[in-house]
Amino acid sequence: MAQLLQDKDRIFQNLYGQCDWRLEGAQKRGAWIGTSAMLAQGRDWIIDQVKSSGLRGRGGAGFPTGLKWSFMPKDVGNRPHYLVVNADESEPGSCKDRDILRHDPHLLIEGCLVASFAMQAHACYIYLRGEYIFERNRIQAAIDEAYAAGLVGKNACGTGWDFDIYMHHGAGAYICGEETALLESLEGKKGQPRLKPPFPAGAGLYGCPTTVNNVESIAVVPTILRRGADWFSGFGRENNKGTKVFSLSGHVNTPCNIEEALSIPMKTLIETYGGGVRGGWDNLKCVIPGGSSVPLLPKEICDNVLMDFDALREHQSGLGTAAVIVLDKSTDVVKAIARLSYFYKHESCGQCTPCREGTGWMWRVMERMVRGEADTSEIDTLLDVTKQVEGHTICALGDAAAWPIQGLIRHFRHEIEERIDNYRAGKPVFVSSLEAAE
Amino acid sequence: MTDLRKINIDGAEHEVPGDYTLMQACEEYGGAEIPRFCYHKRLSVAGNCRMCLVEWVGAPKPQASCALQVKDLRPNRDGTPPNIRTNSEVVKKAREGVMEFLLINHPLDCPICDQGGECDLQDQAMGYGRDATRFEENKRAVDDKFMGPLVRTVMTRCIQCTRCVRFITEVGGVEEIGLAARGEDAEITTYLEKSLTSEMSGNVIDLCPVGALTSKPYAFNARPWELESVESIDVMDAVGANIRIDSRRGRVLRILPIENDAINEEWISDKTRFVWDGLGRQRLDAPYIRENGKLRKAGWDEALALSAEKLNGAPETIGAIAGDLQDAESMKALKDLLDSLGVVNMDSRPAGSKLKSVAMGGAREAYLFNTTIAGIEQADVCLVVGANPRLDAPLVNTRLRKTWLNFGLEVGLIGKAVGLTYDYAHLGTSAQDIEALIDQKGGFAALLNKAERPMIIIGEAAAQDEAVLAVCAKLADKFGMFKEGWNGWNILHTAASRVGGLDLSFTPGEGGHDTQAMCSGAVETVVLLGADEVDTDGLKDKFVIYIGTHGDKGAHVADIILPSAAYTEKGGLYTNLEGRVQLGAVSVAPKGEAKPDWAIIRALSGHMDKALPYDNLEQLREKLFADNPVFASLDHAPGHDSAASFDLAAIGKVGELSAAPLGENVTEFYFTNPIARASNVMAECAAQDDTANVKEAAE
Repeated sequence: MAQLLQDKDRIFQNLYGQCDWRLEGAQKRGAWIGTSAMLAQGRDWIIDQVKSSGLRGRGGAGFPTGLKWSFMPKDVGNRPHYLVVNADESEPGSCKDRDILRHDPHLLIEGCLVASFAMQAHACYIYLRGEYIFERNRIQAAIDEAYAAGLVGKNACGTGWDFDIYMHHGAGAYICGEETALLESLEGKKGQPRLKPPFPAGAGLYGCPTTVNNVESIAVVPTILRRGADWFSGFGRENNKGTKVFSLSGHVNTPCNIEEALSIPMKTLIETYGGGVRGGWDNLKCVIPGGSSVPLLPKEICDNVLMDFDALREHQSGLGTAAVIVLDKSTDVVKAIARLSYFYKHESCGQCTPCREGTGWMWRVMERMVRGEADTSEIDTLLDVTKQVEGHTICALGDAAAWPIQGLIRHFRHEIEERIDNYRAGKPVFVSSLEAAE
Repeated sequence: MTDLRKINIDGAEHEVPGDYTLMQACEEYGGAEIPRFCYHKRLSVAGNCRMCLVEWVGAPKPQASCALQVKDLRPNRDGTPPNIRTNSEVVKKAREGVMEFLLINHPLDCPICDQGGECDLQDQAMGYGRDATRFEENKRAVDDKFMGPLVRTVMTRCIQCTRCVRFITEVGGVEEIGLAARGEDAEITTYLEKSLTSEMSGNVIDLCPVGALTSKPYAFNARPWELESVESIDVMDAVGANIRIDSRRGRVLRILPIENDAINEEWISDKTRFVWDGLGRQRLDAPYIRENGKLRKAGWDEALALSAEKLNGAPETIGAIAGDLQDAESMKALKDLLDSLGVVNMDSRPAGSKLKSVAMGGAREAYLFNTTIAGIEQADVCLVVGANPRLDAPLVNTRLRKTWLNFGLEVGLIGKAVGLTYDYAHLGTSAQDIEALIDQKGGFAALLNKAERPMIIIGEAAAQDEAVLAVCAKLADKFGMFKEGWNGWNILHTAASRVGGLDLSFTPGEGGHDTQAMCSGAVETVVLLGADEVDTDGLKDKFVIYIGTHGDKGAHVADIILPSAAYTEKGGLYTNLEGRVQLGAVSVAPKGEAKPDWAIIRALSGHMDKALPYDNLEQLREKLFADNPVFASLDHAPGHDSAASFDLAAIGKVGELSAAPLGENVTEFYFTNPIARASNVMAECAAQDDTANVKEAAE
C-alpha cells in the first residue's frame, strides 16, 4: 500500500474546522508567517518557486500555475493588473473550496497577497459562488481581520506594497465559474464566456491584464513558499506534483474532503478516507473521478487507477476538481447521467449554437433512454451529437455536457441496450422515482 | 500593411496582414467561402453561431474564423506557416453539426415565411445541411415580441445570432433589444415589449439572417423573386442614401439600403425604408383647375394653357419656389423657363436659410457638408450648432455615434438639448453662446484648441440668421477648422433638393424676392415646384400653380395643379449635403396622368412659345452639365480638395447676436414631406413616438 500523507504535510490544517479559523488561530498554524520575507525575495523568485513546485491549477483544467502567472506582462503599462480568485465552486460533487473558505480563509488571503505581488496586481477580487452565503460572511470577516492587522491594505505586511482585496458575490450561475464568464459577471454584465484570444492575461477584467486562479491554487502558494518547492514537489508522480484536496461523495460510508498527495491510488483513497464503498469494494459500479463533467470509470479501471491528471487522462477521463463521486451497484447509472445532462442543459448560457441546442437535445434523448423508449441506433446518434457539441463551443461547458454521456456509452452501452430491449419487449422498466430537490 | 504574416490556406501559401481575421484571410486570399450567421462586418464580433469554424491543423479543435486573427496563429513546430483548412473533413463535419443544431428547433414554415427566398439559413441549409433530421423531440416554441409598428417578430424562428442586439446597441445607440434568459430558453426580447425608439430600427430586418424579424408593413405582400429592383437615391433627407426600390406591377413594395461606405454604409433610416406606402395614397393623378373655390379635373392642355397665360404676366409679379424633394433637372428646367421670362423671384430654400448660391456671391463650400460623411470618422472634436443630427439626418448621426464610440470623438452642442445617441457637452442654446465659446478659456474651447481635425455642424435653422453664420465662421476660423487637407465647415441640410437648388443658383436674382417675401404677398403668381413646406397661408389669395405629387399643403392653396412624378417614378440627379451628385432611377410609372416634372415644364414652355431647348432628359442633362459642370461629376464629394478659394470670413454678415434659443429644423421626423404625411406607417411611428415618452415601466 502506498505511503499515506502525514498530518504534518497537510497544507490545510483546519480543513474540518476543528480549530480557530480566525487570524490568531491561522497564525498559530503557520499562516502569515514570513510573508514579508517572501515578498522581499522578489516576484521572479516567487514565480520560479511556484513553477518548480510543479503546481498545476486546481480548478479543473490542470494548467501549470507558475506558467500561467508568467504570461502576465512583465511591466505594468497604463493598465493595472488584476488577480481574480475563482471561488465560484459549482461543479457537482466538488466542495473542497467551500471548506477552505470556511475554515482556512487566511491561507487564501495570504495567497492572494503573494500571487498579486508576483503579478504586480494591486487589487484582487474573490468571486464567490452565489449560494455561499455563510462563506461570504466568513471570508469577509477574515478580510476585515487582515485589514485591521495591516496584513493587506496600504503597505501590506509592511512591505511597502499596496494591496486591496475585494469579495464579490455571484448570483449562482454555474457558467460564471468559467473564467471569462466570471470576468463578464464581475464587470456587471451577463455571465457569458468571451472569445479567446484575447486571453485574460492580455485583456481580462475591464480589458486589463488579469489572472484567474482557483481558490485552492492560490491558497497553497504561501505554504509552498514557506516550506520550499522541493517539499511540495516531493509528493506525487512526475508532472503531477503536490498535495490536493479530494472531495469524496456518493456511495461511500464516510463522505469527506481530504487532502492527500496526488497519484494516490483511487482504491486507497476511497477505502482509507471514504470508509470504503457502501457494501464493499465489489459493490462498486463506477466512479466519476473529477466532478460531474468528466467521463465515469467502471470498476475494472477503478481497481488500479491512480488519482492524478495523467493517469486519468490515459483512461479517457480527467482529474477535474478531484471530486470523486462513487456510484455503487444500486445506481441507475443511465438515470444518473441523464440527471447530469439536465444540469448542463439548465446551466448552458445559450450564447453559442452547439451548446444551446445540443444540451437540450442530449438531455431529452437521455431521458428517453432512462425509460428505454428509444431505438438502439439512437445510441450512436447520441454519441455523434456529443461529438458535434464537444470542441465546437466557445467555452468548455459544451465539452462538460458531452463527456459524461460519452463515458456512459463507452462503458455502459450494454445497459442502455438492455433497457431498450426490455422496453420493446414490454417488460417493466425500473425508473427511479427520486427527483432532485429543486 | 507592414505586418504581413505567412499563412497556408487550403494548401496554398499567402502573405496576409496580421490584423485580418481568418475569415477575411480565407475569403480574400484563399478564395474560400466561409458560411456565417452571427458575423457582420459592421458589428462587433460575437462568435456565437459557430458556423464559420475552420480547421487550424494541429490545434485541438476547430476555430471560429470570424474571431481569430491571423497574428494570433503560431507557426508550426517545424517553422512552416500555420495551416488553415476550409474544406477538410473536420470543417465539413463541424458545419454540418452546427447547421443541424440550428435547424432542430427552427420551424419548417418556410412556405409562409416572409424571409423565404432571401434567407441565410435556407441558403446555407442547402449547402451544409443534412438531408434528413435525426431530431425526434418536439421543437421549441417562443412567444413573439412586440417591437413597434415596423418590425414583425416570429421569435420561434430566431437562431440567437444577436445581430439585432448588437446593431441596436452599437449603431442605434439605444439598448432596447437583448438576449434574456439562458441555455435553450434564451430569447431575443425588447424587455418591456415597448416599441423601439431608434429611427434606424428597420435595419434589424435586413440584419436578421432568418425570418424572426421581418418588415411589418411588407408582411405577406410579395416574394423576393417576384420583385423588380432598381437602384436609386433616397430623398427623405439631404444625405442621399443609396437605396434599392423593389416593385411589383407598378407598385413600390419595399425599399432597402445599398452599400455605400461614403454615405450610408449599409443602413437607412426608418423613414427612408417605410415611406413607400405614402406613394400610393393622396396622389394627384390628373391636372386640376380651381373654379369658384373648388378644384375640378381638367385636361393637360387646358391646365397648361391657363398656366401659360398666368405666367405671361409682368415678370416682377411672378415667383417660384422649389420644394424639398426636387431633382436637379426639374429645377433646371424651371429656372431656364423663368430666366427666359425675365423672372428673378425664385428660391430653393423654403426653410428660409440665408445661405448664398454662387450667383448671389457665395462660395459653394459655404453651404456644403465639407467634412463629408465618411470624413466624420477622422474628426476629433465636433461642435453642433442649432441642429439635431438624429432627426435632421439620421445617417450623419449614425456616423457621429460610430466615431464617438470607436474613435473617441468629443461632441459639443449649442442649441436645444436634444437626446442624441452619444454623450455631448451642452454649451448653451443661443447665438450668444457661440460667441462666448470663442472667448472661452478651458472647457470645450480647450478641446477645440487642441483638436487636430475639429468640425462644426450648423443646422438649417441656425443658418436663417446671417449673424449666426458669421459668428460660426469666426469660430471655425479661430479653432483652425479649415486648413490644408481638412475642411470642418459643415451645413446640415434637411432636404434632398437643397444643395442642388443652390448649385443651380435657383435663388433670388438681382432685386428678387426670397421664399419668405413671396409667401407674404410680394408676388401675384407663384409656381410651387413640389414646395409644401412653406407658409401657404400667405398664398391663399394669390394665384398658385402647384407642380407636385400629393394632395398636401401646396395643393390646398393651388389654383392649378399639375401632377408630377414622385422620386420613385422619375430619373433624376440629386446633390446630397456633401455636394455629391447621384443619379436616381425610375422604378415604376407615374400615377394616372402625372408626368415627370421637367416634362411638365417643357410642355408649359411650349404653350408660352418659349420652348426650352431640350426634348428629352438626355438633352436636358447635357444643357445642365454645360451650364453647371458640378453636376457632371457623378458620385464625387468635393470635401476639402476644391477649397483654395474658400474664405470663411466671407460667410454671413456680422451683426447683433440674439439671446433667444436657436431654432429647430426637423421636429416631426415622420412628417417632413408630403409622401411621409400620406403614409400610414409613418403616422403609426409618430403615434408610437408620442406614447413612448409617456409610458414608463413600473420599475
